[in-house]
Amino acid sequence: MLAIFSKELSGFFSSLVAYIAIGLFLMMTGLFLWVFPDSSILENGYASLDSLFAIVPFLFMFLIPAITMRSFAEERKDGTFELLVTRPVSDGQIIAGKFFACFALVLFSLLLTLIYYFTTSELSTPSGNIDSGAIIGSYIGLLLLGGAFVAIGIFASSLSNNQIISFAISVFLCFFAFSGFDSLSQLISLQFVDTLVSAIGINEHYQSIGRGVLDSRDLFYFLSFTSLFLMLTKTVLGTRKW
Amino acid sequence: MSIVVTNLTKVYEQQKAIDNISFTAHQGEILGFLGPNGAGKSTTMKILSCFIPQTSGTAEVAGFDVVKNPMEVRRQLGYLPEHNPLYLEMYVKESLGFIADLHKLQNKKQRIEEIIALTGLEQEQHKKLNALSKGFRQRVGIAQSLIHDPQVLILDEPTSGLDPAQLVGIRALIRELGKTKTIIFSTHIMQEAEQLCDRAVIINQGHLVCDETLPDLMKKYPQHTLEEIFLKLIQPIQK
Repeated sequence: MLAIFSKELSGFFSSLVAYIAIGLFLMMTGLFLWVFPDSSILENGYASLDSLFAIVPFLFMFLIPAITMRSFAEERKDGTFELLVTRPVSDGQIIAGKFFACFALVLFSLLLTLIYYFTTSELSTPSGNIDSGAIIGSYIGLLLLGGAFVAIGIFASSLSNNQIISFAISVFLCFFAFSGFDSLSQLISLQFVDTLVSAIGINEHYQSIGRGVLDSRDLFYFLSFTSLFLMLTKTVLGTRKW
Repeated sequence: MSIVVTNLTKVYEQQKAIDNISFTAHQGEILGFLGPNGAGKSTTMKILSCFIPQTSGTAEVAGFDVVKNPMEVRRQLGYLPEHNPLYLEMYVKESLGFIADLHKLQNKKQRIEEIIALTGLEQEQHKKLNALSKGFRQRVGIAQSLIHDPQVLILDEPTSGLDPAQLVGIRALIRELGKTKTIIFSTHIMQEAEQLCDRAVIINQGHLVCDETLPDLMKKYPQHTLEEIFLKLIQPIQK
């Protein structure tokens, strides 16, 4: 697994993928947080990172599929998947290696946003007057959300040998999993089960963790959601229908 | 016995890619796996390398069943897939290092140097794979299949795309390796098979049409080259 993990990660950094993805991510979050008046901390006047945590899921929705789309699609297209699986590694190890490599990239880009925390904390009066508990919670929420999106992306990548198709499928799945269920729960005909329907979606659990309350149910939700998609990937790879 | 294939059948959707074929390859033997395009050569090799599962029948590599014990088979086997897929964005040493890591080799650095010398890649060892010519890429593919010093080698058209000088080199390498290992290789060049093989297995449209040692085959059809025998054997079904 470690061999695949480091191969994938060095693949990200030796091509432009990592730099473009992280660069764009930081540029977008920077714009939303400091420049665009609707969400800017400077305009808003409160020392809070709420707008960051509101916008990042939507950025991840596009950036994570862009990172994950090649993981299996490219291997299948180039035939290198055959090279990989005829070596003494299990499908599970291959999936885990790729998952953690993409996740490491997500983790890295989130770590870089910590600078927003320190600047906001310095800007507040008195300095350091910021709700650290909620921010730590939100970061944990973002990590879990990132993991779930990476799992979706890896799954979508295993479905096709065309990267564009993988990308489109995973953007849709990420969007639907994140906010689709919330919107569905507002349907009149589903109103008697609305809390149940919205509890299937990611947003509900993301918001809950973002309040700074680390509930084991939310944690369990994210871990099982991520494992579900990784298991689905394993099933798809197991059929070897190509 | 290093490779034992028994009543192997693979069905894709409607079509039978290979139909009930059986053969064995012994240690220290080079087996030429011959047949026209679409005969089922690559399918058989993919099953032997645990890439795709068979529909029925059994296959054993170095004493391990490909379905029951795939990890052990993969450890014992060096496999060069058809079309030689490679991670083209890697450097020569990097790609060999990656494969060595997958096999968890201890003396990785030393082994990479040995294999580079063995396959004649010294001149090219600092290049990226996508900068290499087809012949050198083929050598990298062969080097990757040899890095863990496997007991059994399955090479799917190892000599395609090589220039005459490289052909001589790779054939010599295969012959040398064949003294101690079990090798199955496929080729469309009959002269090559005649030079290298101890045994010829010919399949046509999924059926086994010949499984004999080369001397026996020559005795059976005196005054014929392997090419003529090959054409004769695959004729009846093609008509």
